[in-house]
Amino acid sequence: MIKLSGLSKKYGETFVVKNADAIFPKGEVTAIIGPNGAGKSTLLSMASRLTESDAGQVLIGDKLLAEWNSKELAKHLAVLRQSNNINMRFTVRELVSFGRFPHSQGRLTKADYTIIDNALSELGITYIKDKYLEQLSGGQRQMAFIAMVVAQDTDYIFLDEPLNNLDIKHSVEIMQTLHRLAAELNKAVVIVIHDINFAASYSDNIVAMKNGEVVCAGKVDGVIKEEVMELIYEIPFAIHVINGKKVCLYFNS
Amino acid sequence: MRDRIKISVLVFACLGIISWFIGQGLTVDNYQFFLKLRFPKVLAIVLAAIAISASSLVFQTITNNRILTPSILGFDSLYLLIQVLIVVGFGTTSVLVIDAIPNFLLSTTVMIGFSLLLFHFYFKRGSSNIFTLLLIGVVCGSLFTSMAGFLTMLVDPNEFAVIERAMFASFNNINAALVYWCTIPLVLCFAYLFLSSRKLDVLWLGQDNATSLGINTKRLTKQMMVVITIMVAIATALVGPVLFFGLITVSLTREIFDRFQHNFLIIASSLLAVFFLVSGQWFVEKVLTFQTTISVIINLVGGSYFLLLLLRNKIN
Amino acid sequence: MFSKQLYSKQHILAASIFIVLALSSLLLGAANVTLAGLFSGDEHAYDIYLISRIPRLLAIVLAGAGLSIAGLVLQQIMQNRFASPSTTGTIDCALLGYVVSLIVLQQASQWSYLAVIFTFAVFGTLLFVRILQQIQFKSVVMVPLIGIMYGNVVSALTTFLAYKNDLVQTMSSWSIANFASVLQGNYEILYLAIPACLLAYYYASQFSAASIGQSFAKNIGLDYQKIVFIGVVLIAISTASVVMIVGVIPFLGLIVPNIVSLFMGDNMKRILPWTAYWGVILVLACDILGRLIIFPYEMPISMIISIFGGIVFIYLVLKDKANA
Repeated sequence: MIKLSGLSKKYGETFVVKNADAIFPKGEVTAIIGPNGAGKSTLLSMASRLTESDAGQVLIGDKLLAEWNSKELAKHLAVLRQSNNINMRFTVRELVSFGRFPHSQGRLTKADYTIIDNALSELGITYIKDKYLEQLSGGQRQMAFIAMVVAQDTDYIFLDEPLNNLDIKHSVEIMQTLHRLAAELNKAVVIVIHDINFAASYSDNIVAMKNGEVVCAGKVDGVIKEEVMELIYEIPFAIHVINGKKVCLYFNS
Repeated sequence: MRDRIKISVLVFACLGIISWFIGQGLTVDNYQFFLKLRFPKVLAIVLAAIAISASSLVFQTITNNRILTPSILGFDSLYLLIQVLIVVGFGTTSVLVIDAIPNFLLSTTVMIGFSLLLFHFYFKRGSSNIFTLLLIGVVCGSLFTSMAGFLTMLVDPNEFAVIERAMFASFNNINAALVYWCTIPLVLCFAYLFLSSRKLDVLWLGQDNATSLGINTKRLTKQMMVVITIMVAIATALVGPVLFFGLITVSLTREIFDRFQHNFLIIASSLLAVFFLVSGQWFVEKVLTFQTTISVIINLVGGSYFLLLLLRNKIN
Repeated sequence: MFSKQLYSKQHILAASIFIVLALSSLLLGAANVTLAGLFSGDEHAYDIYLISRIPRLLAIVLAGAGLSIAGLVLQQIMQNRFASPSTTGTIDCALLGYVVSLIVLQQASQWSYLAVIFTFAVFGTLLFVRILQQIQFKSVVMVPLIGIMYGNVVSALTTFLAYKNDLVQTMSSWSIANFASVLQGNYEILYLAIPACLLAYYYASQFSAASIGQSFAKNIGLDYQKIVFIGVVLIAISTASVVMIVGVIPFLGLIVPNIVSLFMGDNMKRILPWTAYWGVILVLACDILGRLIIFPYEMPISMIISIFGGIVFIYLVLKDKANA
């Protein structure tokens, strides 16, 4: 598992993330939720070594983040951020192939190709595998990037707002895939997500943030509660249970 | 594969133009003389072409930008300043002016030394935005130009004529020994770039994705910048200010070929560069009969092409 | 803040600094003249002041104010704090115009030269503005880089033409900014900077609106293209006259507006007079420095400003990144 202790990040005099603790266990999906500016993306960034923290530490498996060699870490941890604006002409397959880089350094073997094709079918995009990225819709492009992360075949997967640009059907398919990756393949999947209902339905753990601090963290049932949600989002919530899953209603406040 | 066909055509074109350039007008009587004259020149052209285009291509990958070339770091202004300082400080009869080799050694040492200093200061700050580095280079370039201009005011027309020659890149008076010596470092640098191709490919995905895939982007950038600097410094000291040549070849390469792999692109752009420079030099010698230097043509053509690129929004 | 008093302490301090520097400028020089000599009717002293020292001071004031304001206007219409006549190709196009006029016009009047230089500056800048409008994603720092590449291209063309006509040494030494050659009778064109600056002040609020963006400007009924065109014309007038009379002063239009806006914000009507003021002070101070360093010889101002301006520019860039 990954354990964050006391993580902080400052820009100038302002703390963007302050003293954050969290645990990301393997075999489970953890969702990081909170309003704009809560520090969710920054927290994810620091945990995945994209950004340097100003205080605190990250424990990945049994080694501290600082002790990991980046090349070696890439075989265990994959991260995908929000904006993916690529200028070069790649086909979907070529993009997904990059996911194998930590393992094969660009020289793809037959085993690699199998993994790549599996990732493509896992995300349901085999039918567009030879299309150029620029020909795809935003949602299809997003799926391609997620397939690349899946092809990287890591124990830990970090995704920053993976459902951006995705329509309802694709969003559900992605969340189902992520849940499957965690439950069946024992990966730790960590996502920053805006839609708390998707978070409530598909994740096992929630980390709720506000103003840079972790306000509440734990199992879904312990966090998706009206008091907690209202504290974070500052609007009235009504939480119901439908088909065994918690559903938040906040639209008509 | 269409790209495969294109590059085969390019290989033949290069071999053809080189053979033509070397072999034109040779007879049994004069071949020894002409070969001794032409071979180092062609070698210099080939080396310069490869150095400039390979370094420009990798530079564009690192800066994630299709408009910039290493020349923006101010090498050309620094080179000119060095030449001016030599003339002003040592006079036109100094060995540094007359003999190409000491001049070359001094120029490359200063240029590489300056860049390394710049990189050291810059990378130590922990900043990861390369544009800042480029702007600093630009500022330095402007300073060098001011200083060179100031010193130019102090020299008489004879001395200025010597300086003026350094303002334009030229293959017309290449020192053969120098060319042979340059081959080794340039080949080594080129090999280094070529062997880093796969890592550079990953950079196409952006900094964050590259980091996620295990690439130490900061270290890679630093390494590439050092190698690029050495190649550009050597090319500039060997041939003169090279300004836009890298821009033309790299842009054309990207337009003509579809592939994204660096190992392919580096070779393709090198071949294209060799073809253009050899034909350009032939043009200067046979058609324009040495009335001008090749750098003037390059700058005009390259400059116009650059403007065209911008207008057609073929960048980013 | 400036409240009831018509002339606050700030204004008095500002005026005093200027007077001190101006006097220093007037008194400094190779010729042995003093104010006393001037007032006692010494004709030689009178000549020196009238023909050389006072015109020099006036040229400095006009150039300093003109270029600084040109930079400010450019920054507003380009929506980029690193835009300036040196980073948008304006100065390089003006230089091209100068070389062309040298070749084509030969012995014509100063006004014909100015017309050619001005035309090149206007068209060159408009071309760059148009190019920039086409480029989609541009980081703040990329705009001056593109502008510099563009300027380099134009310079290459200029150098080629100069080379073909044996003008390279002339051009190169002439383009290094030097106030030493300013004499009564050959600098009057610089007075064009005055109407340019006044018009800039008149259109200031429109420039401010344009600086927010094209769609915003259209939204409030502003003719965006027209205001950009007016801005470019004003910039070109100032730049062309300074380039023609004085030479190339690098970075001035870049650093002065940026430093002023650091302290006073971006409201153009408010900062325009102060931009002009500080531009004058900077050029004056650098000119005096240039005259003192290797007295009685002069170090050209472009070198001093290159160093100082360069350092400030780098500082601004680094500061910008840190906050981004």
